[in-house]
Amino acid sequence: MEQYNTNISENVLDFKRQKLKGQLPLREELYGKSAKAAAKVEKNLVHILWILPSSGRYMAVAGRKGHIAVVDMNNMNLVKEIQVREIVRDVVFLHNELFFAAAQKKYPYFYNRDGTELHCSKASSLYFCRSFKFENAQGRTDLMWVNPFNGVVSLGHSGGTVTMWKPTTSALLIKMLYHQGPVSALAFHPNGHLMATTGKECKIKIWDLRKYEVLQTLTGHAKTLDFSQKGLLAVGTGSFAQILGDFSGSHNYSRYMGNSMVKGYQIGKVSFRPYEDVLGIGHSMGWSGILVPRSSEPNFDSWVANPFETSKQRREKEVHSLLDKLLPETIMLNPSKIGTVREAKKKEKPTKQGREAAMEAAVEAIKGFVWKNKTKGRNKPSKKAKKKQELIAHARRPFLDQQLKEEQSLSKKKQKLFEEVELPASLRRFARKKPTA
Amino acid sequence: MKVKVISRSTDEFTRERSQDLQRVYHNYDPNLRPQEKAVEYVRALTAAKLEKIFARPFIGALDGHRDGISCMAKNPNYLKGFFSGSMDGDIRLWDIANRRTVCQYSGHQGAVRGLTVSTDGRILVSCGTDCTVKLWNVPVATLTDSDDSTDNSSEPLAVYVWKNSFWAVDHQWEGDLFATAGAQVDIWNHNRSQPINSFQWGTDTVISVRFNPAESNVLATTASDRSITLYDLRMSSPARKVIMRTKSNSISWNPMEPMNFTAANEDCNCYSYDSRKLDEAKCVHMGHESAVMDIDYSPTGREFVTGSYDRTIRIFQYNGGRSREIYHTKRMQRVFCVKFSCDASYVISGSDDTNLRLWKAKASEQLGVLHPREQRKHAYHEAVKNRYKHLPEIKRIVRHRHLPKPIYKAASLRRTMMEAERRKAERRKAHSAPGSIVTEPVRKRRIIKEVE
Repeated sequence: MEQYNTNISENVLDFKRQKLKGQLPLREELYGKSAKAAAKVEKNLVHILWILPSSGRYMAVAGRKGHIAVVDMNNMNLVKEIQVREIVRDVVFLHNELFFAAAQKKYPYFYNRDGTELHCSKASSLYFCRSFKFENAQGRTDLMWVNPFNGVVSLGHSGGTVTMWKPTTSALLIKMLYHQGPVSALAFHPNGHLMATTGKECKIKIWDLRKYEVLQTLTGHAKTLDFSQKGLLAVGTGSFAQILGDFSGSHNYSRYMGNSMVKGYQIGKVSFRPYEDVLGIGHSMGWSGILVPRSSEPNFDSWVANPFETSKQRREKEVHSLLDKLLPETIMLNPSKIGTVREAKKKEKPTKQGREAAMEAAVEAIKGFVWKNKTKGRNKPSKKAKKKQELIAHARRPFLDQQLKEEQSLSKKKQKLFEEVELPASLRRFARKKPTA
Repeated sequence: MKVKVISRSTDEFTRERSQDLQRVYHNYDPNLRPQEKAVEYVRALTAAKLEKIFARPFIGALDGHRDGISCMAKNPNYLKGFFSGSMDGDIRLWDIANRRTVCQYSGHQGAVRGLTVSTDGRILVSCGTDCTVKLWNVPVATLTDSDDSTDNSSEPLAVYVWKNSFWAVDHQWEGDLFATAGAQVDIWNHNRSQPINSFQWGTDTVISVRFNPAESNVLATTASDRSITLYDLRMSSPARKVIMRTKSNSISWNPMEPMNFTAANEDCNCYSYDSRKLDEAKCVHMGHESAVMDIDYSPTGREFVTGSYDRTIRIFQYNGGRSREIYHTKRMQRVFCVKFSCDASYVISGSDDTNLRLWKAKASEQLGVLHPREQRKHAYHEAVKNRYKHLPEIKRIVRHRHLPKPIYKAASLRRTMMEAERRKAERRKAHSAPGSIVTEPVRKRRIIKEVE
């Protein structure tokens, strides 16, 4: 705050005019306020970082004020830095480290490694980003994340809902109310079955994406979340980064590590580095890395992602990845369904015993119903008994209706069959036209 | 306390010199490969498309004859040697690898009708419409390699004149007998000027003859009385006969399942029979739009090639109802003879337009010596294609074949006709007394009777 505080009182001490001297305290107070506001703004100018998700070798860092840099993490060399002179909300790498995109003040811009602007997408940016499957911060929906397991795009909304989309339909796949307040961060476990969300109402929730139900609710505010390759969850808020771990295998996340930055630093984004036990933290004074043991996969596969990739290997891989580019229709909630046989639609009819048991269960459920005390005169035992009988009859009704319907259709079918058997084969087709009367 | 953290030195994971091989590390954790099935499906799709792109089965045409090719024979002892006979009586020996005539025999007066080579590959037997059987000396393989000039002056080793013109000839797989087909089936020895045995069943002409590859004394013939007859040389009379509704033009034994044979029929289909059970075909191979003229099994016994009057060649699986492959060119006319090469990788066809044509048995196969990496890649493509072959998109791409317009039209017309026939039969059945009309399976429909 000091740098913004211009101490005017020293400069104006030799002012002789009484009138000005009287104004001085007022002025000073005003200046102090503005200095505080300026420092606050500075605090919010946090750095966003994005580590190349495939090999983890390169990192793109963007400062809020328009400074974008690409860093080689193996030797911590700066590959390129550029200044775009406008607000940068987010930055991502495209398919490899040669290209990156930045969400700037108005449009997303695409740059290559040399910092040359390749493209500026003036189309509706949200739509564009969705079709290209990378994260971007835009509009009311300022959260977008791709599930690595199935490629389905998830959006976190300010209403506390999270929606999931796939590219082939304009309708959403899943919409769920996750939080009471706006959703502030979102992360996926690499195996795709867990999702962590956090809302502004100080709740971090861990969801099972196979059943769409919450596994664990933790209290605490988080601005940013990230899962590591081995399933550790990094939570960043204020100047404090916390790592939650689940070492029992029961999806019960508890505190594993914590790291406090210098007080006053604001964490913008936390991001684990794949294949290295490092957590990158982008904050208001730049970015830092901390060591987090057991966070990443120790054995890499050269054919999947190679942190020591040569340029020749990268070029070959680019061609192969283009050949293996997924078709939009292969993105679905359960990608293991591809190539399997669709289940037969034929529904198994419930047996008579089964139906009766279901009816009994429904009646039993009604019997457990608790009578709420009503006003005087409406609380008679006879009324209670009557209400109970009514409820039981109501619960039985659908089952009885179903039974009746089935019996009727069966008798009709039998009658038809009987008629058909009577006729010779050649006359059968005339029988259908015959009026039923 | 020591805390273990991943730490890799660059020297350990990168090569020291540029001559070194790059190190490869593997980790088969499925979490590292998200959407693996989708990627595999895309790869299968690419493989199917690549197969279509590389499907260039036609290798070349071998010209030289001055009339339509009537028959061919392969040399069992020499992969490159192929014999062909034409309607003007010319017989040629071809070097398939170089695609040129090695030797031209003086041949017959009329059309050459049959060619066959003895087991040791030394003697070529030919027969023709001029009522003669001629034996020729086959030049030794080493000589054909060194001698560039075509030898036009070769004379037959022996000429045997007989009573009737011949239609086909086939040599025993093991032994020195050969059989000719004409007015009757004659069994000959190399050294005798007269047949040592003759078989006759009915008065009609026998069109084709083939010896069984395993039982050297068993042979099968087809005749113009629409019959397929089995003979045993140890018996005095033919063994069994099945009469079909249309005649069979040619017959071929499955070399790997020698009790089975397939007959190329006039009614556009091929019928696979078990020789022990002739009352019902094992499989009906449909697809041709006109009479099937010739058939030959691959030495693997898994597939066979057929040539047809509709100017196409088809390759069938030995148990497949529809063809796996169809070959045609604009210039190829009616195909009279087809042969699989002895290494099962090429198909040779002889047609009315005086040319022999050389085709690949697998249309998209890469020829030449393959690098092990290429082999692995092909194997991988084959595996993923096989895994996802039932998915509609891949099935469509793999099954699609471009057909010449006349054949495409003929096929659709034929489909319409068969559908109409089927509908008529169905209605007739519906309007008859129940049980009075029995629908026969296609495997039995074209068979009239079996005679012992």
